[in-house]
Amino acid sequence: MPIVHPEVVVTRPDTVLRVTAHPAPIRRSVRPDVVPAIEVEGVTKRFGDTLALDDVDLVVPPGGVVGLLGPNGAGKTTLVRVLATLLAPTAGHARIFGHDVVEEPQVARRNLSLTGQYAAIDGLLTGRENLRMFGDLLQLTPSSARRRADDLLERFDLVDAADRRASTYSGGMRRRLDLASSLILPPRLAFLDEPTTGLDPRTRNQMWEVIRELVADGTTLLLTTQYLEEADQLANRIVVIDHGRIIADGTGDELKDRAGGITVEVLLADSDGAADACRVLAAAGLDPRGVTAPTADLEVPTDSTQGLGTVQRVAGALQAAEIGVTDLGLRRATLDEVFLQLTDRLPTDGDEPDPASSGNGRPATNGHRR
Amino acid sequence: MTTTTDPTTPRDGRTGDAHGDPAIQQHQRGGLATALTDGWTLGKRNLKHFTRLPRLLIFSTIQPVMFVLLFGYIFDGAVRGALPDGFPSYLAFVMPGIFVQSTVFRMTQTAVGLADDLDKGVVDRFRSMPMSRSGVLIGRTIADLVRSMAVIVLMAIVGVLVGFRFASFVGAVGSIAIVGVLGYALSWVFVWLALHVPGAESAQSAAFVFAFPLSFVSSVFVPATSISIAWLAFIARNSPITAAADAARGLAVSGPVLAPTLKTFGWSVALLVVFIPWSTHRFRHVE
Repeated sequence: MPIVHPEVVVTRPDTVLRVTAHPAPIRRSVRPDVVPAIEVEGVTKRFGDTLALDDVDLVVPPGGVVGLLGPNGAGKTTLVRVLATLLAPTAGHARIFGHDVVEEPQVARRNLSLTGQYAAIDGLLTGRENLRMFGDLLQLTPSSARRRADDLLERFDLVDAADRRASTYSGGMRRRLDLASSLILPPRLAFLDEPTTGLDPRTRNQMWEVIRELVADGTTLLLTTQYLEEADQLANRIVVIDHGRIIADGTGDELKDRAGGITVEVLLADSDGAADACRVLAAAGLDPRGVTAPTADLEVPTDSTQGLGTVQRVAGALQAAEIGVTDLGLRRATLDEVFLQLTDRLPTDGDEPDPASSGNGRPATNGHRR
Repeated sequence: MTTTTDPTTPRDGRTGDAHGDPAIQQHQRGGLATALTDGWTLGKRNLKHFTRLPRLLIFSTIQPVMFVLLFGYIFDGAVRGALPDGFPSYLAFVMPGIFVQSTVFRMTQTAVGLADDLDKGVVDRFRSMPMSRSGVLIGRTIADLVRSMAVIVLMAIVGVLVGFRFASFVGAVGSIAIVGVLGYALSWVFVWLALHVPGAESAQSAAFVFAFPLSFVSSVFVPATSISIAWLAFIARNSPITAAADAARGLAVSGPVLAPTLKTFGWSVALLVVFIPWSTHRFRHVE
């Protein structure tokens, strides 16, 4: 089991990512010559008695996808709304490419686009009319607005439906049109607030493709999601937020390592024998624990260097005791486990307590394990 | 992953520079021009809603027409004797009043439409774009004004079919125009209301609470002088609705024109001067 240092700094060619148990404030730009796409300094947002954002610091260099992950009510949408100039922070500063969202909102807006949880498209207008309208509102010349609408309809595979009312579109088409309408002027920074919530898996994959293309074109993306898989698939950096605070920040792999690294999982032929098997493994000097999962009856923690050795020892001990095994293997922690460990609940759980009401689910302490 | 943005020279974001894409050309406009063109763009959008949902237009026309017929025929015998000189029938008296009354009620839809947009998230998009803040509100009020005027014209046609007579064509146009002036001013009051009452349904209820007494405590249905309770008569005499109803009546049929017209303009300007900046400010900071 690797010891998670309170602050592991992993340097990559273009970015510095941190995994912190207590996130240290990141107040400086990661490369002094790069203007960060997003710079958040001590942002606090209060709605009456509720503290939606609590002294948040975040620096996002240009390029790439940051996944903002958190349970319902954690503060994801509030942070996006502050960054998109829709909400003024109660305290602190937020800048988009160096432009303060409160001091210079119009300049900040020229660098960003927002696709919110509720589609901005007009169901009574056709897809084409929706795009034309946003082009007009961005002061495009009529010919540019027309051309831009045609380009985007093509790119988002909406040509056949272009002249139908958007109210007749499927959920996936509406999301695509909504996203297209936020890209009339290609933004340097795009906020996608839960872009695939409520979509079926096939449509979700389509959206992911579209999002990957956007990133390949050089747009910096901040994506909020409740889906761990989505963050794992799309984001090269994951920021976990809960109770208005950033409680973890790093790549998916870093977060997984932190959540317990690697285990040897064993599925017994007879699940009722788990207690016996645990005794056998403990006698062999291992640290097994019983679990109830469809894929495993017990697991033994290990790490990447000792993983195969642990597999051998587990297999040897169980064979010597003549305990039947149907499956045995090394498994890495999932983001689900990361999330459970960090917040004591999954992001899709509906029973979100009021952010101000309890300290439950506060940042895990250093070295905290299940 | 490629990073095509040049981080060392952030765009200052002025228009005409669409992410460096020369194929996308933008107009260079000043603040007021942007507000007006954005207002026009969104006004067209809102008007398309009426053509796409014809039932909106049909039902918003049926109600005032019903009023014209009911009031014109049912009350005619009872109140004809109490009418001022120059009005041969109750229909002749009440018709211009109903122009005003139906406009007041039509304009409550400004609150409903705006509250609806606020609920739906489209306003979030607008507010995150480098567009004019007031454009959204101008577009809403302009579209509602056009719709309201269309309903009045239809109503006037029905009125003529059942025996209402305008004094002159100029009078007809003038009476409808003066009602439009006050209607436009009132729509900004309803914008203000929508920005303070969250939710389309509550906005509608709030707007009706406001519109009902306003249109009844006036000279819309009876001469203001005939109201016997002193404080109600006082309100009725000084109400902007009375001013507009009297002006429309004077222009369309008979009675004084100049004083009520000036009063209507005065009220309208005062309402616009207060509620345009107040609503726009509120809209900028709505959360």
